[in-house]
Amino acid sequence: MDATVKSSFIAEQPKAPAKPLVLWRPSAKTGLISWLTTVDHKRIGIMYGLFAIFFFLVGGIEALLIRLQLAVPNNDILTAHQYNTLFTMHGTTMIFLAVMPLGSAFFNFIMPLQIGARDVAFPRLNAFSLWTFVAGAIIVNIGWFLPEGAPDGGWFGYAPLTSKTFIPRHSIDFWVMGLQLLGVASIAAALNFIVTIINMRAPGLTMMRLPVFTWMTLITSFLIVLSFPAITIALVELMMDRQFGTNFFEVSNGGMPILWQHLFWIFGHPEVYILILPAMGIVSEILPTFARKPLFGYPIVVFSGACIGFLGFAVWSHHMFTTGMGTVATAAFSLATMAIAVPTGVKIFNWIGTIWGGHLKMRTPMMFALGFIWMFMIGGFSGVMHSAAPADAQQQDSYFVIAHFHYVLIGGSIFALLAAIHFWFPLMFGRKVSEFWGKLSFWAIFVGFNVTFFPMHFLGLNGMPRRTFTYDGNMGWNSANLIATVGAFILGVGIALYFAVVIYTFFKGEKTGRDPWDGRTLEWSIDTPPREYNFAVIPTVHARDAFWYEKHHQAEIAKEKAEHAQAEDAHGGIHMPFQSVWPLVASVGALIGGIAACYHNLAWSLVGLVILLAGIFLWALEGADGYHIHLDKDGNILDEDAHAKH
Amino acid sequence: MSSHATATLDHHNDPTTSTGIPNKKLLMWAFLASDCMFFGTLISTHMIYRLHPPPGNPDPRAVFDIPLTSFSTFILLMSSLMMALAVNAIQKGNVRSMRFSLLTTIFFGLIFLGCQVYEFSHFVHDKGLTISNSILGSTFYTLTGTHGLHVLIGVIWLTAMYFYSFTGRVTEKQAIDVESMGLYWHFVDIVWIVIFTVVYLLEYL
Repeated sequence: MDATVKSSFIAEQPKAPAKPLVLWRPSAKTGLISWLTTVDHKRIGIMYGLFAIFFFLVGGIEALLIRLQLAVPNNDILTAHQYNTLFTMHGTTMIFLAVMPLGSAFFNFIMPLQIGARDVAFPRLNAFSLWTFVAGAIIVNIGWFLPEGAPDGGWFGYAPLTSKTFIPRHSIDFWVMGLQLLGVASIAAALNFIVTIINMRAPGLTMMRLPVFTWMTLITSFLIVLSFPAITIALVELMMDRQFGTNFFEVSNGGMPILWQHLFWIFGHPEVYILILPAMGIVSEILPTFARKPLFGYPIVVFSGACIGFLGFAVWSHHMFTTGMGTVATAAFSLATMAIAVPTGVKIFNWIGTIWGGHLKMRTPMMFALGFIWMFMIGGFSGVMHSAAPADAQQQDSYFVIAHFHYVLIGGSIFALLAAIHFWFPLMFGRKVSEFWGKLSFWAIFVGFNVTFFPMHFLGLNGMPRRTFTYDGNMGWNSANLIATVGAFILGVGIALYFAVVIYTFFKGEKTGRDPWDGRTLEWSIDTPPREYNFAVIPTVHARDAFWYEKHHQAEIAKEKAEHAQAEDAHGGIHMPFQSVWPLVASVGALIGGIAACYHNLAWSLVGLVILLAGIFLWALEGADGYHIHLDKDGNILDEDAHAKH
Repeated sequence: MSSHATATLDHHNDPTTSTGIPNKKLLMWAFLASDCMFFGTLISTHMIYRLHPPPGNPDPRAVFDIPLTSFSTFILLMSSLMMALAVNAIQKGNVRSMRFSLLTTIFFGLIFLGCQVYEFSHFVHDKGLTISNSILGSTFYTLTGTHGLHVLIGVIWLTAMYFYSFTGRVTEKQAIDVESMGLYWHFVDIVWIVIFTVVYLLEYL
């Protein structure tokens, strides 16, 4: 709540003058308009999740096509160009449109609940982040439906390969523009989360009492805020090269391709931690819940996360060991990379310490979380191998690297996110996935994943290069490739089963009450599914596992809550923000302007810009208004006191 | 969230937040940290290419016009002074004084932008430095142009606030809105000091 809203508690404000029609604020609670104009962090989180899952399946289909092409030597299901397009879009989609927004879905939905807040600090900015993300996703993918085709320059977009000389098609312009919008969306969301976590904590919730998932949200947000500018500027420079003939990456005029690599990986390596830190946070929530023990070494886990965040900015050049940076730089980045294994290893030991001697309940989320530890460790081991520059020189651009980062991204990030979906599903929708089908999908995914990616270690060490659309039959790579393709389809079946089960559960699954897992953190203390106001009374936090403390001090907490409820009612009731249409309008402006700019169309670019600016202007003008609600004893809304405030 | 606000407003402590820092101020600080990285990347690009000039790259000293840029730098610094006065005025509830200071800030901002437009056209037409004919042109125009865009956004924001103040809705309670605008403006100013030093003055060392 910001300062202007606060003032309304002090004294009754004079009635604000009637607002012009242009500042109309939608109030629908159901239907399409309610979703398009929502500022509720839970609805925004659900929409992030749905978009992310959609793109996750799209990226998965792209991966299956890649594996189909590589199943046998000299295959010609795909042309070289189609293959380039598919691996480019597979990487871009999975990183920016699947794993990041799925993490964001949980940041949005869970984090405010974990800190005892009723929403994020800037609800409308949050809606803007969502819709700008959607605009960016559309622009990145729009090439599929146009004669230009989808981008085909690799997810890393190495300039000058992506310059106009080598790829004159607009497909790369879409990629450049789409990623810039995704960057804007990510930074806006991250700023919002930073302010929310630092400023909106419930009374008594000190920083060292924050749930680990919230801590990792905070660290990830700082990584986003500080690393995305590097890629955004790199993309701006590439865009200037393509659109206005500058020379940033134009070798004939003194441009240096190595600059792109540095700028890209200054972003690209923190990005790796942007993808894995939320996963570590999720696992740090799930393991204690199902091991029936507090997290082992909470401060160490938090500081290791922060340490990984810092070191993550100092290791980017290990992606570039073979570019000839010189021995000093290579040695320094090699050492920093080895150092980052230490806090990561510390976390692994803390998780093991958490389950050690615990009373383990092997529910589906726990299966995925344990799978995470094991698979992520394998990915970590091959990562440590890369950190030695001489070894990396052999592994560079081979399938060994593919195996490594799929172990950390699927075995790490995706396993944790799939665990999170099962873990928080009862909270979000009040239903629980059946253990049998949940575990079956886990085993299908686990087996399929390992059969796909384990053989790639050997393929890589046997010299099979990345990003090559086919290979000869006499290289000794045939059987491993066939096994990997079979594994990929098992994995595909597993993922399909997983989401089929989730969809079935949404409609027909077993209903659960409040707190089905006997949880420890505040999100479990509220109704399932959560009411729009989240907490009938803002909780006061007395211990690290806040809800666990509440469960064991019920009389004390009940008395405290009654007092707080009375105090809050006396101050005017629960404040809720109005819905708003302007974040959506601003994002639509960005979408129109973005597409037009790719075609160098000045008129439509200006139209988009005007819509964007008008959206932002009216958004500012309508103000952070809201209304107050009062509740009865069961948490139902008694009355809405809709006096608009300025 | 309960409030313990008293009748007089304390502009340095917001009792509704966990830290006492107003949300809008924290948001602006976090955004400026991000913006530092944007400018950091652009300035680094310029500095790297400065050390590796290709044959035929123009000599910056033959292009730059230090007296003009010094003047516009001075004007931008003075605009920061006026911005600070505007924030101070609204924190005391003096809307008329804030309006005057905002107008001066806008005026100085526009002079800076005018100088930049003149500088760009002078460089292009008289000195032959275009955005595409050399690496110096590419990095110089992209960097200073991005800064100019920041100033332009600031001027639009200031102007919107100036006109909005006539609705009577900018009072002492909204001081944080002016203050966060001020933070942005001072930041853009500080960045210019860095750019003026490392892009312009460094060439004469």
